[in-house]
Amino acid sequence: MRKLARFLKSFALLELLRGLAVTGRYFFARKITVRYPEEKTPQSPRFRGLHALRRYPNGEERCVGCKLCEAVCPAMAIQIDVAEGKDGARRTTRHDLDLTKCIFCGFCEEACPVEAIVETRAYEYHGETRGDLYYTKEMLLAHGDRHEAQIAADRAGERGGT
Amino acid sequence: MLEIEIDGRKTSVREGSTVMDAAQQMNVYIPHFCYHKKLSVAANCRMCLVEVEKAPKPIPACATPVTNGMRVFTHSPLALAAQKSVLEFLLINHPLDCPVCDQGGECLLQDIAVGYGEDSGRCREKKREVAPKEAGALISMREMSRCIHCSRCVRFGQEIAGVMELGMTGRGRHAEITTFLGQSVDSELSGNMIDLCPVGALTSKPFRYTARCWELARRQTISPHDSAGANLVAQVKDGKVLRMLPRENEAVNECWITDKDRFSYPALSSPERLARPMLKQGGVWREALWSEALDYVAHGLKSITAEAGGDAAAALAAPHSTTEELFLLKKIFSRLGSRNVDCRLRQQDFSLDGQRAGASWLGMTLSELRHVDSALIAGSFLRKDHPLMAQRLRHAVQKHGAQISVLSVAADDLRIPLFARETVAPSRLVFALAAVLKAVLEEKAIAPQDQEGLAAVTVSGAARKMAESLLKGENAVILLGQAAEQSADFGVMHRLSARLAEASGARLGFLGAAANSVGAELLGFGGEANTDSRQMLVTPRRAYVLFGVEPELDAYDPRLALRALRSANMVALFTSFRHEAAMEYADALLPLAPFTETSGTLINAEGRIQRFSGVAPPLGDARPGWKILSALGSLLGFADCNFEDSAAVWRAAGIVSRGDAPEFAAGLDNGLRAAPVVLRKRASEERGLERVADVPIYFTDPIARRSAPLRQTADAAPPAARMAGATLARLGLQAEDAVRVRQGDGELAGEANLRAVLDARVPEGCVLISAGHAASASLGGMFDPVFVERA
Ligand code: SF4
Ligand code: SF4
Ligand code: SF4
Ligand code: FES
Repeated sequence: MRKLARFLKSFALLELLRGLAVTGRYFFARKITVRYPEEKTPQSPRFRGLHALRRYPNGEERCVGCKLCEAVCPAMAIQIDVAEGKDGARRTTRHDLDLTKCIFCGFCEEACPVEAIVETRAYEYHGETRGDLYYTKEMLLAHGDRHEAQIAADRAGERGGT
Repeated sequence: MLEIEIDGRKTSVREGSTVMDAAQQMNVYIPHFCYHKKLSVAANCRMCLVEVEKAPKPIPACATPVTNGMRVFTHSPLALAAQKSVLEFLLINHPLDCPVCDQGGECLLQDIAVGYGEDSGRCREKKREVAPKEAGALISMREMSRCIHCSRCVRFGQEIAGVMELGMTGRGRHAEITTFLGQSVDSELSGNMIDLCPVGALTSKPFRYTARCWELARRQTISPHDSAGANLVAQVKDGKVLRMLPRENEAVNECWITDKDRFSYPALSSPERLARPMLKQGGVWREALWSEALDYVAHGLKSITAEAGGDAAAALAAPHSTTEELFLLKKIFSRLGSRNVDCRLRQQDFSLDGQRAGASWLGMTLSELRHVDSALIAGSFLRKDHPLMAQRLRHAVQKHGAQISVLSVAADDLRIPLFARETVAPSRLVFALAAVLKAVLEEKAIAPQDQEGLAAVTVSGAARKMAESLLKGENAVILLGQAAEQSADFGVMHRLSARLAEASGARLGFLGAAANSVGAELLGFGGEANTDSRQMLVTPRRAYVLFGVEPELDAYDPRLALRALRSANMVALFTSFRHEAAMEYADALLPLAPFTETSGTLINAEGRIQRFSGVAPPLGDARPGWKILSALGSLLGFADCNFEDSAAVWRAAGIVSRGDAPEFAAGLDNGLRAAPVVLRKRASEERGLERVADVPIYFTDPIARRSAPLRQTADAAPPAARMAGATLARLGLQAEDAVRVRQGDGELAGEANLRAVLDARVPEGCVLISAGHAASASLGGMFDPVFVERA
């Protein structure tokens, strides 16, 4: 009995028509394709893109070299060396991030006690050799400097509990 | 035995135990800060509050003795509430700056806060701030706000180090741990306070901010720095040793290590390390390949011994070299037909070589030292030469009033309450010892037999006191130290002490010159079949192999050593460091891996066999000593000198362990072949003064010498001409005068310009000039006559 029903259905091209109905529906529906790079999708303030190291408004590096991000990183992408800074405080002498290893999980940001390492909204970066994706402390700081306003605004929203 | 029930489980404990002891015995965890099993009970942190049945309030487990039938609850609601309140109280003033704190990750307070703390504090008041303190080059006291006033550091000073270098001032909110006015922390055990401090208040200065504990691989090793052979944990990151910590071994070092063990490691990665073999050709040094360098040494040894016989080649090895290295060195030399191997460079009297019944050792185990009730320590700078043994003897005095008597060549402060003390010039040391023997013989009414010269000895009051103490002691011991071993009368002193031990029923022991002196003796070094180091230097040989030694610093008489080395045709130096002084007399420098980069076995003063493996890869082209020697052996054509690994070398060395206790070596014996004691006055040195020399604690071996933090300590001060007031006056000198010091004459004359220092610890007629330092390396023998004049 079931065999017969299936035979009739195929004979009447029912499956085909059903499939075409889906195609047709989308054909006439409003398009959702984003024409990147002219157009961009909206981003969450929690977007986890390229990392940055932040400074305090007075220019002092936030990072205190506690090494917690290095410890928490599941991809072991972070390399930190610490020494006593000029001001006698604990400072990093190296804070490298290998973006070819990073899985953008955001743990580093979460682990940071001083909101120094953050993941920004930036995702448009590339490298032409492997080494280009090895970000040094200077590169991360520079990136932070460029986007500080956005970074600060995003975090402020978080803190407000919205 | 007392019955106690903790958390529903019953056990019985020894009388006098505390609840904390009982809990530890049962593996029940009670949080604590101030309690430490090796320190007295202070009960001032209150973290260990527990509930006890019928007690109205929670009580501190660490300070409560167990009573029979006691029922304790460590995790009842009452106990838990008490523990949480105490923790909250401790955190009121705690900065909570774990991210920048060096203790982070290995902090007792952090751990306990995770277990017993709330997620946020209720205190909104400003936290107190405590001013940083300056404690010298080893301990950082920058962050004293973190101190929780457990007083472990204070108690450590009083009870273990024997000197209170940190104290607590103020009360309550104003309590502060501080050094004594303007003083730094100089104890040779001070680093242990870093381990003891449960928080980040006392931290290691050299380690400061270098790494986190979780990044470090922990690897076990053994200290080569003194004869105790402390067990260490080397913490390594990226092939570099970043920290040395004690590895607990109750039988050897308990949970302590000396600062030398702890802070020598920076030298291991210092730029002074020798990374490539080097050869001198036409007076110019150049880097070489291993094959070239070994060929050069092999060829040199072969041609010189072929030409002038085996006796023309000599080897001087460091007494902290591993047993494997010493064995191979000796074997290669015996195959070359040479008897010239020795590692007792600081000794001058070898009259007993071939007369000893076995290898000289401590005469007891290290842990037995703390049960000693009477000890006579002769000729030792005990506290600096053997800090861990001194610590055990200190304990013996504190715990059961042991009587420690000292016969010394300088009245250095042992930080042990002494029963009797006599300080004499080095040449009189043997007579002072003889006086004790005479007093014992008189006391026991034994007629002295074959002891020539004993009759002429006068027995001082101190000697009589020492004799009585030795006779009274149930567990008495006579310990000979380095100054005795290095003295011209060492042989006589050994004989005298053996007699003394026999007559008084005490045991005889040697504190031990270095980490593997016992191992060397077990291999036959210093036996009948071998020449001693002095002969090798007095009659210069044509080829020298120097294995890990720096003769101008390590030899009894640097002038003698230098003369011999300069006249040799070939000097090959196996060394871990670029040793500038050697660049002049050596022809080949071979980079030797230090103890952290090699595997091997050290046998400590008590005869304990301790094997260790490398903890880091060798730096550059440096190679383990056994490997280099094995390659050299095969180059020389000695097939039986070629080994695959150090374990094979160890097996071939044939050191036998004791049947009943395989961790100890067999063949230890301080006895002597019978011979009369001949006590003779040396031709009195009318001219000049007598030199007394110690080897300052941080100058004993090439690694410690090059440690930057240790070089900044008070113990690393350059040598001066230290004299008693009367000696100074006799020479018409004043303290702090610049003086010229001369030793020896003719081609062995040496002089140095030093500072005269008034030092009441030095016996009259003597000048204490430390050895082992470049500033005194131009002088002669450590205990030889010396002339001092205004510069
Ligand atoms: S985002 Fe994740 S993987 Fe990337 S660096 Fe941070 S912790 Fe590591
Ligand atoms: S002492 Fe411990 S709790 Fe205090 S800041 Fe340091 S790591 Fe944190
Ligand atoms: S400095 Fe450390 S060991 Fe000393 S009292 Fe303070 S917390 Fe305890
Ligand atoms: S551990 Fe008991 S009071 Fe500190």
